[in-house]
Amino acid sequence: MSAADVLAVAEHRQGGLRDVSFELITAGRELADQQGGDLHLAVVGGDVEAFAEELNREGVDAIHTVAEGEEFNHDVYVQVVEQLAADLAPGTVLMPNSVNGLDYAPAVAERLDVPIVTDAIGLSREDGTLEVTREMYGSKVETTVEVDAEEVAVTVRPTEWPQAEGEGSADVRAFDAEIDESAVRSTVTGFEEVTGGDVDISEADVLVSVGRGIEEEENIELVERLADALGATLSSSRPIVDAGWLPKNRQVGQSGKVVTPKVYIAIGISGAVQHVAGMKGSDTIVAINTDPNAPIMDLADYAIVDDLFEVVPALIEEFQ
Amino acid sequence: MKILVTVKEVAEAEDDFEIDGLGISERYLEYDLNEWDDYAVEEAVGIAEAGDDVEVVSVTIGPERAEETVRMALAKGVDRAIRVWDETLAGTEMLDVGAKADILAAVVEAEDPDLVFTGVQANDDAFGATGVALADTVGFEWAAVVNALDLDAEGGVAHVRRELEGGVEELTDVSLPAVLTIQTGINEPRYASLRGIRQAQRKELDVQGLADLGLDASVVESPVSLTAMYEPEAEGEATVFEGSAEDTAGQLADLLRDKGVVEG
Repeated sequence: MSAADVLAVAEHRQGGLRDVSFELITAGRELADQQGGDLHLAVVGGDVEAFAEELNREGVDAIHTVAEGEEFNHDVYVQVVEQLAADLAPGTVLMPNSVNGLDYAPAVAERLDVPIVTDAIGLSREDGTLEVTREMYGSKVETTVEVDAEEVAVTVRPTEWPQAEGEGSADVRAFDAEIDESAVRSTVTGFEEVTGGDVDISEADVLVSVGRGIEEEENIELVERLADALGATLSSSRPIVDAGWLPKNRQVGQSGKVVTPKVYIAIGISGAVQHVAGMKGSDTIVAINTDPNAPIMDLADYAIVDDLFEVVPALIEEFQ
Repeated sequence: MKILVTVKEVAEAEDDFEIDGLGISERYLEYDLNEWDDYAVEEAVGIAEAGDDVEVVSVTIGPERAEETVRMALAKGVDRAIRVWDETLAGTEMLDVGAKADILAAVVEAEDPDLVFTGVQANDDAFGATGVALADTVGFEWAAVVNALDLDAEGGVAHVRRELEGGVEELTDVSLPAVLTIQTGINEPRYASLRGIRQAQRKELDVQGLADLGLDASVVESPVSLTAMYEPEAEGEATVFEGSAEDTAGQLADLLRDKGVVEG
């Protein structure tokens, strides 16, 4: 292998590959093409044979299967990826900017003594220097970060690249990692679904969703009245659930529910990336927000740039 | 037991702002304690209040202005704080994850805590990687994105829940000493009381330079640099309803009727 090569690490949970694995193939292939290198994948734990078959899509040169454990354990992942990267010597190690990605990627970078850049939304190689596009200040600005190093670890934002398709002809190889069990000091003891409850927001045709702009707990009632008037279901962004103003089963977003209603009305929601991941598949998106530059405006089909405390009562009036 | 909480003063941009070179113009920025760190402080202070003989120490890397946010942590019940800063750091454009981890590692080695809490990420640069990088640097175990903690200090185990995507939580046991990166929602951060704010003024806030931590300027050398900042191109093609609140509400009501999703 050479510095032009890319190693991407797939992600799976509870027996299934996660979408980001196929997005990593697209991102990794693009970068490898710019550098004239190969794209290698690693899949660690679980039914690696079946995973390898599924990951064998167009553009993948080799898949390294590592049969260590069933589920993600960062102590195992760190050792495996470190050993695989040392063996293959790729210029770039790509990992998902998922909850689990962020639980092992920084440690991989430390072990390999390479810089890490997280949450990439764009990657390019100019004259040997890797340029990573990322966001700052709650998606209000985009930045370019240059990495002047032969080897680098990068985590890639989920849903930013399309998923790779088409059957591939990758070389599938089993990699024999040596796991130091004394360095495995964390144990995953189980999983729990936490978004249950009386209402399933993912079933609703119309969602009236409330965010930080609502300011006070007592104001939630205003949006509740709108949802009632419209015959819609009430949902929210994360800060509302964190504050305990609505239960967890109402939360739309990466860590809450992914929803695809006919109409999604975002009220006082700025559109943090974690929220957007949960609602961008909605048919029609309406944003009511005082800030015309809020990230949600980029996603909205219809927008009202005004004070929600003026607009929502007027809207309730329309339907009463 | 000692808990070290890393805190960061973060800049938040106003709705309307201008970019000046590689940053947002100072006049459009407001500074505050990073939201995730607020939850990390609360978690540590809560443990201290529930048990005997628990010391909570905060550390930040930041200029003098950052003392305001560190005092906020002290006002909420942190016992003492350390602010790391000197001329070398002041002259550094961007501290990358490795540099931050190395500096904080020196503090961990000096303080020898049983637990380190960090926020999952900082809402300005949103790297989300310092906590895990720090853990690996000092040889501690870790868990990222923790939204519930049941600490068994005597048994040397932290039983945590990690908030995965899609409403799934992972239950994990982590050996101490450990770094936990704390997710919002794990608790309800308190407001600093007036009494707390007064007491904070008397608490120790120790400023240390790189040399005090046994580090030299090479720690901030980084292959990672910020080379451009710009406002993203608006991709949206939203139809913006214009007029008074009644007008815009009327237009939205028409739209909802047209879509057939509401009656009336």
